[in-house]
Amino acid sequence: MVPFDKVVVANRGEVAARVIRALDGLGVASVAVFSDADADAPHLEMADEVHHIGESSPRASYLDQDAILGVVRSSGADGLHPGYGFLAEHAGFARRVIETGARWIGPSPEWLEIMGHKTTARRFVAQRGLPVGTGSEVISTDQRAIEASAAEIGFPIMVKPAGGGGGIGMFAASTIEELIPAVERASSLASRGFSNADVYLERLLHRPRHVEIQVLGDRHGDVRHLFERDCSIQRRHQKIIEEAPAPGILRSAVEELAARIVEVLADAGYDNIGTVETLLAESGEYQFLEMNTRLQVEHCVTEEVTGVDLVATQIRLAAGEPLSSILPQPPSLDGHAIEARVYAEDPVRFLPSPGRLDVFRPPQDVRVETGYREGQAVTPFYDPLLAKVVVHAPTRNEAIYRLAAALMEFEIAGVKHNIPALTALLESQEFREGRVHTGLAETVVSHKGVRGGRVEQA
Amino acid sequence: MSRLEIVTEVTGSVWKIIAAVGDRLAEGATVMIVESMKMEIPVLIEDESTLVEILVEEGEPVSEGQVVAIVEA
Repeated sequence: MVPFDKVVVANRGEVAARVIRALDGLGVASVAVFSDADADAPHLEMADEVHHIGESSPRASYLDQDAILGVVRSSGADGLHPGYGFLAEHAGFARRVIETGARWIGPSPEWLEIMGHKTTARRFVAQRGLPVGTGSEVISTDQRAIEASAAEIGFPIMVKPAGGGGGIGMFAASTIEELIPAVERASSLASRGFSNADVYLERLLHRPRHVEIQVLGDRHGDVRHLFERDCSIQRRHQKIIEEAPAPGILRSAVEELAARIVEVLADAGYDNIGTVETLLAESGEYQFLEMNTRLQVEHCVTEEVTGVDLVATQIRLAAGEPLSSILPQPPSLDGHAIEARVYAEDPVRFLPSPGRLDVFRPPQDVRVETGYREGQAVTPFYDPLLAKVVVHAPTRNEAIYRLAAALMEFEIAGVKHNIPALTALLESQEFREGRVHTGLAETVVSHKGVRGGRVEQA
Repeated sequence: MSRLEIVTEVTGSVWKIIAAVGDRLAEGATVMIVESMKMEIPVLIEDESTLVEILVEEGEPVSEGQVVAIVEA
């Protein structure tokens, strides 16, 4: 069965390439869109149709709803895949896509709404018995209100935007003197970044791990999980190394958590694809962080260990196919997979580094997801992800070894990149022993003294 | 009085100019914020000084190493 005739891919870079490949595999025609800056992006050559949608700035192109909806209508597409980022979790946009008569390849707009507002999401899962960390509702920027809330939660505290995600606009504070300006800064960034100045407070855990559960749901009430990913290796609250399964955790506890999540979501009629992010405290307790109602950047590691093509599955689910016909067997775990995100950025201070890719030669014989090729410009308009390198091996040690070898092979010149930082992390004793936590990346990089593209041993 | 050039460390565009000409700025103060690749990177003052000239406008593209302001220490 061909799920769609023609699907618009409303994104750019590696995820656009990934979705076009999945559409191809399903026999569905693909429609790519591009901005001025992406006019020579390699994925445009893979698509069956290409449409220019505007200037380079995201607001004038990948965030321009009218321009994208215009392409849906003029191409006669019967589906739209939003990728991740940009409009992927925008309920209003999803509704407008559905109004054109095309299908939205993602969870229903109501789900984008519930999970899109972080305190609404916290309330939703807490009411259904899932563990949620200590935190506040949306708080006002009034000093007394902040003080009262902080006294209830206890320091250290993280200030987070309620209307956004992706680690943007988050500030930590360990005293009330730090907290008040942090709330103001977070609120002003949130207002600009997410058009919503709402912020809330959350108790900051000491060295937590980031463990997330991948779920799939059909339009007939069936929800299943595809185990967990550990995404503890982060810089500036953004993931750089992800793996599945999570190393050194109690299998029974994580699978029980996954089963409870599935129960809650099935009960409430969740559909398509999603990820429930949790923090795993040193005490062994899980707490709900947020739910992402879209395909995630790190979906590849789950694909590697389960053998399930998540993008193709997501597309078939959106067309109405039942999960039981797509995945007749319950998914099982095979081996270990790790993904490293190669970014165009300074490896020490993590500053972005746009430029021209004078040399860009990804490693052979491993899975590489990229939207770039040699000679192409990396512009300052979009996020700095150059490529994802994904390995799958029978054991975690072997996967680490293969990933480190693949990264050594990756040749990039013309922009600064974070491969030295990734390598230092993979080689660190803590990572090798599976003693990961969300502060590890910054500790390892500053301790090892990664400098200007090479690692100096301390 | 020595005049010092303040440069941006990243290529991007000027999102917001924070300080004004004539301001006495403390060490580590932010002159402006440059936006690049979905990140906001502040342009900082290294030593206490007075801002005498701003060479860019909000929204203007800038490249790594470009002089964006002049201060007097």
